[in-house]
Amino acid sequence: MNVKLWGTRGSVPSAGHDFVRYGGNTSCVEVQAQEGWVTVLDAGSGVRALGETVGPEITRVDLLLSHLHMDHIQGLGFFAPLFTPDLDVHIWGPASTTLDMRERLARYLSPPLFPVLLRDLPCKLTLHNTPLGNFEVGSLSVEADLICHPGPTLGYRITEGGRTLAYMPDHEPALGFRSFQPEKEWTSGFKLAEGADVLIHDAQYTNDEYEGKIGWGHSALSHTLILAKAAAVGRLVTFHHDPAHTDAQLDQFHADAELECGEIDVPLIPGQEGLTLKV
Amino acid sequence: MAQQPLELILLRQLASYLAVPIWVADAEGNLIYYNEPAEGVLGRRFDEAGEISLAEVGGLFEICDQDGNPMPPNELPLAVALFEGRPTHGKVKMRGFGKPWMRVDVTAFPVEGQGGRVLGAAVLFWEIAAS
Repeated sequence: MNVKLWGTRGSVPSAGHDFVRYGGNTSCVEVQAQEGWVTVLDAGSGVRALGETVGPEITRVDLLLSHLHMDHIQGLGFFAPLFTPDLDVHIWGPASTTLDMRERLARYLSPPLFPVLLRDLPCKLTLHNTPLGNFEVGSLSVEADLICHPGPTLGYRITEGGRTLAYMPDHEPALGFRSFQPEKEWTSGFKLAEGADVLIHDAQYTNDEYEGKIGWGHSALSHTLILAKAAAVGRLVTFHHDPAHTDAQLDQFHADAELECGEIDVPLIPGQEGLTLKV
Repeated sequence: MAQQPLELILLRQLASYLAVPIWVADAEGNLIYYNEPAEGVLGRRFDEAGEISLAEVGGLFEICDQDGNPMPPNELPLAVALFEGRPTHGKVKMRGFGKPWMRVDVTAFPVEGQGGRVLGAAVLFWEIAAS
């Protein structure tokens, strides 16, 4: 399975020459596996450009949403497959305790926020309340579980051919810990991350920034590294960069983290828009 | 040990910050966490004892109604919350092993996740007075 990052920014897109290498588009990751099938994780603004690459050879698109905060769905209205007549498109995401996916998503894909109604999309659209546990998407085995972030939020663990990708773009596993020392039994997201070949994980803040934003649902880069080590992941890809962090700052934060956490034996890959990797 | 459901993880985190004694049980009734104030009720520290199985919990304390009559196991607040799936509140007398009797208000409620998943129960204690 191959993975391509189409949007790595958190919260809101960032534009300008200071945001070129890490990219300014919000969360979107393509998982390339079975031929003729496109699987996408989240529909931030990065999904627009991804949609332009979906040609007539593609017969099915599956879009797995981690949650429905705006930076993870704002690209939906500009995702070409949704406007391709009769293309089989499946959108998966978390229901709330009282509303299903259709009701929740229709709040965005309806006036006054968007001129096109969900029911008027010309593709063959199927909406799924993502089940907690395991399900199949083509050749991919997917496990979904709730993770710590405000509102219903899912992390995904995707396996194909014995190789595993874990995806937790918005996640605060350190919430409530006085000192973050992850225990398998009591750490949000541990099961999804454990032993994954690649973990794509929230790394929005520096340690100092995190102190002022506890409970906002995101991680300091150091927390992400500690979780990655505890869960024995193969490689860590940082994600959901703060919209105010420039390329130069992010380079520095990653360098600092590797120095501070030098004993953590997990290869650290700065998540940059356009990055592709083989899982 | 498998990872606990997120709802129980968050409940434990909350309980660890509160001054009210709280027990957190899993869906089988095992006591998977109790906070520091609750350690006085059980007479043992969670950091040392860890999880306590349902079978073992009953041996750690005595509980009776306000008149001193023993309570049937299925009428205990934890059992009502867990196995009948409803909250309950009442006044009981209880004592940990080797401890004096306490009169306490007990509130227990089921922890139910999305889709009707029964995840466990929480029990909160308020001591009325020692007797």
